[in-house]
Amino acid sequence: MPKRTDIQHVLVIGSGPIVIGQACEFDYSGTQACRVLREEGIRVSLVNSNPATIMTDPEFADATYIEPITAEFVEKVIAAEQEAGTPIDSVLATLGGQTALNTAVALHERGVLDKYGVELIGADIDAIQRGEDRQKFKDIVAAVGAETPQSRVCHSMAEVRETVADLGLPVVIRPSFTMGGLGSGMAHTPEELERLASTGLDESPVTEVLIEESVLGWKEYELELMRDKHDNVVVICSIENIDPMGVHTGDSVTVAPAMTLTDREYQHMRDVGIDVLREVGVDTGGCNIQFAVHPETGRLVVIEMNPRVSRSSALASKATGFPIAKIAAKLAVGYTLDEIRNDITGETPASFEPTLDYVVVKVPRFAFEKFPGADPTLTTTMKSVGEAMAIGRNFTEALGKALRSMETKATGFWTRPDPDPSTVDSALAALGKGHDGRLYTVERALRLGATVRQVHDASGIDPWFIDQIASLVELRGELVDAPVLSELLLRKAKRAGLADRQVAALRPELAGEDGVRALRHRLGIRPVFKTVDTCAAEFAARTPYHYSAYELDPDAESEITEQRDRPKVIILGSGPNRIGQGIEFDYSCVHAAMSLRDAGFETVMVNCNPETVSTDYDTSDRLYFEPLTFEDVLEVVHAEQTAGTLAGVIVQLGGQTPLGLAQRLADVGVPIVGTPPEAIHLAEDRGSFGEVLTSAGLPAPKYGTATSFAGAKRIADEIGYPVLVRPSYVLGGRGMEIVYEDAALASYIARATEVSPEHPVLVDRFLDDAIEIDVDALCDGDEVYIGGVMEHIEEAGIHSGDSSCALPPITLGRTDLEAVRRSTEAIAKGVGVRGLLNVQYALKDDVLYVLEANPRASRTVPFVSKATAAPLAKAAARIMLGTSIADLRTEGLLPPTGDGAELPADAPVAVKEAVLPFHRFRTPEGHGVDSLLGPEMKSTGEVMGIDVSFGKAFAKSQTASYGSLPTTGAVFVSVANRDKRAMVFPVKRLADLGFDILATTGTAEVLRRNGIPCTVVRKHFEGEDNIVDRILAGDVVMVINTPYGNSGPRVDGYEIRTAAVSRDIPCVTTIQGAAAAVHGIEALIRQDIGVRSLQELQAALGAKR
Amino acid sequence: MSATSPAALVLEDGKVLRGESYGALGATLGEAVFCTGMTGYQETLTDPSYHRQIVTQTAPHIGNTGWNDEDDESARIWVAGYVVRDPARTPSNWRSKRTLDEELARQGIVGISGVDTRMLTRHLRERGAMRAGVFSGDELASVDDMVARVLDSPSMVGADLAGDVSTVKPYVVKPKGDKRFRVAAIDLGIKSNTPRMMAERGIEVHVLPSTSTVDDLLAIEPDGVFLSNGPGDPAAMDDTVELTKAVLGRRIPLFGICFGNQILGRALGMGTFKLRYGHRGVNIPVIDVDTGRVAITAQNHGFALAGEPGERFDTPFGAAKVSHYCPNDGCVEGVRALDVPAFSVQYHPEAAAGPHDAAPLFDEFCELMTKSAKVS
Repeated sequence: MPKRTDIQHVLVIGSGPIVIGQACEFDYSGTQACRVLREEGIRVSLVNSNPATIMTDPEFADATYIEPITAEFVEKVIAAEQEAGTPIDSVLATLGGQTALNTAVALHERGVLDKYGVELIGADIDAIQRGEDRQKFKDIVAAVGAETPQSRVCHSMAEVRETVADLGLPVVIRPSFTMGGLGSGMAHTPEELERLASTGLDESPVTEVLIEESVLGWKEYELELMRDKHDNVVVICSIENIDPMGVHTGDSVTVAPAMTLTDREYQHMRDVGIDVLREVGVDTGGCNIQFAVHPETGRLVVIEMNPRVSRSSALASKATGFPIAKIAAKLAVGYTLDEIRNDITGETPASFEPTLDYVVVKVPRFAFEKFPGADPTLTTTMKSVGEAMAIGRNFTEALGKALRSMETKATGFWTRPDPDPSTVDSALAALGKGHDGRLYTVERALRLGATVRQVHDASGIDPWFIDQIASLVELRGELVDAPVLSELLLRKAKRAGLADRQVAALRPELAGEDGVRALRHRLGIRPVFKTVDTCAAEFAARTPYHYSAYELDPDAESEITEQRDRPKVIILGSGPNRIGQGIEFDYSCVHAAMSLRDAGFETVMVNCNPETVSTDYDTSDRLYFEPLTFEDVLEVVHAEQTAGTLAGVIVQLGGQTPLGLAQRLADVGVPIVGTPPEAIHLAEDRGSFGEVLTSAGLPAPKYGTATSFAGAKRIADEIGYPVLVRPSYVLGGRGMEIVYEDAALASYIARATEVSPEHPVLVDRFLDDAIEIDVDALCDGDEVYIGGVMEHIEEAGIHSGDSSCALPPITLGRTDLEAVRRSTEAIAKGVGVRGLLNVQYALKDDVLYVLEANPRASRTVPFVSKATAAPLAKAAARIMLGTSIADLRTEGLLPPTGDGAELPADAPVAVKEAVLPFHRFRTPEGHGVDSLLGPEMKSTGEVMGIDVSFGKAFAKSQTASYGSLPTTGAVFVSVANRDKRAMVFPVKRLADLGFDILATTGTAEVLRRNGIPCTVVRKHFEGEDNIVDRILAGDVVMVINTPYGNSGPRVDGYEIRTAAVSRDIPCVTTIQGAAAAVHGIEALIRQDIGVRSLQELQAALGAKR
Repeated sequence: MSATSPAALVLEDGKVLRGESYGALGATLGEAVFCTGMTGYQETLTDPSYHRQIVTQTAPHIGNTGWNDEDDESARIWVAGYVVRDPARTPSNWRSKRTLDEELARQGIVGISGVDTRMLTRHLRERGAMRAGVFSGDELASVDDMVARVLDSPSMVGADLAGDVSTVKPYVVKPKGDKRFRVAAIDLGIKSNTPRMMAERGIEVHVLPSTSTVDDLLAIEPDGVFLSNGPGDPAAMDDTVELTKAVLGRRIPLFGICFGNQILGRALGMGTFKLRYGHRGVNIPVIDVDTGRVAITAQNHGFALAGEPGERFDTPFGAAKVSHYCPNDGCVEGVRALDVPAFSVQYHPEAAAGPHDAAPLFDEFCELMTKSAKVS
């Protein structure tokens, strides 16, 4: 049966910014979908507000709308395409996560789909609602003769209490229509019930929660299924959670395939899954269904289904080699599974079920250290910010690789000291609750003498997994006790997944990781590389998608094929998403792969993040799904050098992870292309970088280093408060604070526990009220191309990743820009950059201070590339392999003349806004965490608003980042004394626009003196009906609150900001932000915000160059 | 888990893979094949079709769910030898009664663990299934000696093995609920789940030895005849083929699976041949030529019928066609006589192990018997 001919123009809805629960897996799925649809000759329009995605690259769609993903904006897109004479006939919303699905439902409810005659393909409204509406779903499961946990849907606290009287505690609370389990949790006590259920009712857009029988501690499974229009159904992958029910799947360590089911039980699960899928009526595409199985009786209950591609489908795609999103897109336009070829074998069809001859383990990555006070207990609300996946030939190998992919201090068992005190009892007690590093606790409990049974009883983890970890504890004993480390024992250790570093920790005489590696290589013990081929080697694989494994057999087979025609380039990816290192770096790696492949290189990708486009087997010529540790990367380099000619390794695009490996790789002779490791070091070392600046005559803020309060105070006195303090040994703003007086400085030093002569504290002059400027540039050693100059909207002091910024800069003059260009050129040449460079400046009193320079791809590269129509990462990759900027201009990859610092006067304005995860976290007492921004980065993702003027672009960026600006209502204003003068104009404008102004006494006085009418409200500690109550009651539409001093529960404003977060209203914490908000509000009130595709915007820009 | 000692897997082409003993110690000979199922090792091991085969599991972790008292597909383990990578130390499943290792040892099955099973699978895929031996304990000898023993062992081509695995005496599996039909099932290596699934549909199943004659069969006055799966070369099964022809001549409804499909095909005049490495797994797609729909099936066969998907041909019993095929390699997966009530498939509607997509074929068999009863 051929594909449908009535589908000619599909609108793909993306998933927007990276947030907890919805990450780059939807860029991977959306990118695949766009690619497939265009190959089918279908016109593709795309809506996605996230500029860091590959899918929003102009070449992936015919019309790319970087616009907010709301029904309102999507309707504008549908209207715009119709006006342009290319009407959209179908919407594909099943590949953009919950955001896209919710938007599709909203479009339906607003009558937009009917009005424009647009069909939802993949899953229709009824199927979406059957899958998402908890009661409907329960009825469906019952209709196919299967079970769900007993439960009742409630719409009020009264109903909740009545239900719990029947079911008994504990119960699970699940709000309807939220993503990533937001607002859900388990209540063990009446108090917890009151708190969680009322939050859940608030979080649900339809004020609906499900109160459910507890299946806490049951075994947890997921199936990924696909269905085509002929009702053919296949199971792509089974996934077993090591953490039993009670921990969100996204926060659980998971394993594929399922390890502890007999065929009888597995097939029952498969039957139920297929029956449910059919009954829900997902016409075509993928879905995932989650099950719980009672460990003693085998009773199976269905927990939930997602009638769409999900994070688990991305994992399943990478775990099996079966590209679910790609196939889903083909099925949506009418193909059947048997008509689609399995890319990996090239010969067999997609109508089959992948079978694995390896084990896949996924481990979540958390960022609790970024949110002091947040409760780190894992619950049914997802809290992890990323994940790494690893493939091994057995469970322990895959687990070991996954643990060392985490980019945390611990890189596998025994690589960090045990917590103190550490006893069997303390370990077993800790196992009762899900927590980050729970498997480390399992290992510790076993090592200290607990039995598998005890660990199982304490944790609910299946004994099979515990026994696997017990086997490692036994192996540890063998490794420690052996008189000499024999070849066989070392092979056994490697086959069990131990890294050289772990072996070194047990055998001090081997002189560390390098000593173990030397011994291992001398004994000829190296990994073999196997292939992910969907079929357990039943058919030959054409796709070089590899993973390493150790076999005991010295003659074990490696499957790397030789290729000597084209030079190879290895691109090191960025590992698991975490705050500070996200999808932006993957974007740059993918661009490098694309441009180098076009330039005739064989591209080889190494990465371990299953959510990304870089780990799609289509992205590079070869893919190694491997941890980004020195050991693992070195083995890949060795394998590739053996199989051909290695031109070099790219380390500067994947963020800090690969950059941190550069020097060690270079030291053992691995060719690093681009900026040499010495130059990277030069930029990172304060002293040497200071010399570069001095010799170029560039000013930097004064600074000093101290190891005690007395020392720090001396420096602070000399350079003057405020000062920026931070540990010297971390990057990315970790542990940074701005302090305004001695007491705060003393408190910081007291809290900085790891201060020592080797790890002093850096004390920098903090440039209060300065304008922060971010620059991305390219340098080929000769010429410098300024990619873009971004002006931060918030003043210096807020981490650039959390700051909103505008490009082109909105207030900088020609001389400022000239200074930026001169300084950037001097730094690029002084450091010796070959490729990308990011420089951060602070402009204060007409002096341009250099804050820092990073000779690598920055977070803003995709944003700049899109805003200026110049693919910086692609150009950087070519420069690293020896092409000059001049040649790239001739070739057309870069504009023939000019650069990103000299955009035409009428160039569109692009605004980047950060998206923050505060509403995900609660303190153990259930209060919100502070949403105050500072020098430490806390955002998970970003959006872009682009339009002809700053106000419109800013308004779009706010709408897209889940904080739509208000156009009417009451605004609460409370600012620090130093901000009171600057506050007057924006607040006056708000009053003129018709907003009611609420203020605290001090602020109100200043406002009134300036002729601004306002109402005084009580501070939160001044009794009833105070500002916090008013915010929580929904009386306030926006908060402007600038803080003074450090954040913390006792600091004024904390309650106000957390109340704003819980009500989901904009909370502006800087005066500059307030001014920008006023611009945006004015644009919204004018109601003339339109949409334009990136292709149109870039063409206009190109025409003027 | 019993103590392990060195073991070797030796292939007839001289390739040797070293590992550790698993199950019983000793020597065993058979045809080396691989099975790609990720679940169902207990069903696989007790499937009589694996008689005389040394089975490699491509899934690395085997034995995780132990051994239970419910999932055996026959009275014993039939594989000649077992090759795995990572045997479970401690099984975990609420139905598990003992470890797989213990059960293998108890039944004297010689196995080997710790080998690079993927390398072995790729070898067998490229070179084809071949004779092999697993040696451990006192039987572990020089490579030359072990290869010589492998080369001395009989080949699968021409092997008549049904007699080895078939029941000696007839037995009856009672229907669940009301009896609707009586079926004579020729046991060429039948699995327990097959009569069970027929019984669930109101069939009284008379399981007959493979050596049964037409008279034996007619004596029970069957509404239908069933040809089971089983080991060996279908070309060596002339008696069963003749028996099938007799059934076709009498227009008694007939349903065959796996080996039974090859027997029906031969009775209809088709040829059989040995596949290079066969189909052994639980993920194999089959397309129904009439509907175009795909079923994911459990399969275990080394021989196949020669034919083209959808091909129609004349037989002494009227027209017939190739009704099902495997889109992976075009292999014939089912035949249907168009003028007499007979059909068969190359796969396992009883699954165990494997998906249940093909279970409706038993219903189809019932319909065929109902229709046939009406006609007569």
